[in-house]
Amino acid sequence: MASAVSLSNSPSGPVEDGPAEELRLFRQARTGDFLAFEGLVWRLQNRVHALALRILGPSRTHDAEDVVQQTFLGMIEHLEDFREESTVAAWVLRIAANHALKILRRERVLPMQPYEESTQESFASLPHPSYIARWRNDPADLAQDAEVRQLVDKALAELDDNYRLIFVLRDIQGLSTEETAHALDLTPSNVKVRLMRARLQLRERLTRALGDPATRLIPDHHHGEDHPAEASR
Amino acid sequence: MTCEEMLKALNAVIDSEQALSLYQEFAGHLEGCNPCQVVVDNLRNTIQLYQAGEHYPMPEAFQNRFRDALKAKWLQKFPLSGISLTENHPKAL
Repeated sequence: MASAVSLSNSPSGPVEDGPAEELRLFRQARTGDFLAFEGLVWRLQNRVHALALRILGPSRTHDAEDVVQQTFLGMIEHLEDFREESTVAAWVLRIAANHALKILRRERVLPMQPYEESTQESFASLPHPSYIARWRNDPADLAQDAEVRQLVDKALAELDDNYRLIFVLRDIQGLSTEETAHALDLTPSNVKVRLMRARLQLRERLTRALGDPATRLIPDHHHGEDHPAEASR
Repeated sequence: MTCEEMLKALNAVIDSEQALSLYQEFAGHLEGCNPCQVVVDNLRNTIQLYQAGEHYPMPEAFQNRFRDALKAKWLQKFPLSGISLTENHPKAL
């Protein structure tokens, strides 16, 4: 008996060197090959699911499933619209991010409009690091701790949407600056500013919890200013 | 380079997108600025922690209805594709 096509999770986690294979499957699917499409879904579904949970919050399992389903249904509908200007994964994650954003905007009674670009943001007003200390443990070890996982999820959930989305796409999902900008209709420079803000806010929050107080350092925001020779090094 | 300038250049250094000249300037500052060294280290740890924690597999209970929905949509778009809503297909990948 033929085994069922499985959309279940890969036992070995995400498949590496994916973009070329994903593009091959996508082109095959576009000709009407359902098996190729299922192969593509199998490769991308966990990333879409993770993206949705990261944007919506880890407890929003039903909404995340809805995002997954709507993303791939939308993909079927718009197979002809993908112009191969980005990776297939970036295109799919863009669709998923927009579905998740719609849910957030609906709840927060925000206007249904494209992700807005603020021209006001710049690197000039970045918040300075305040709590500076070395972490007590290695990140790989910390990730195994359930309490730390809760802290990490909470810190991300409490970031402003504008920053969380970019951190999720850029640092967690691994999209490039250009792909993230394309996904959210922003300029690359705006992505960079928001990413830095996201990173700095998360660093501050996590370091206060995970930093070793014995190694705490007092920041000197004017360091280097009196030493012009240093700037030319 | 000052701490302020380093703060603005952090993305480039964290992402290894930096031009060599910027990196050299940055390294020069870090050499003499322990707080900035720790901030860079903290930022890398922060990103690694989120990447290490990326484990949200799809729930098994959701798989069947998800697959049925995909097949139904596929049949709307490709009615002659030969798939059935009730049959399973061998995985040919």
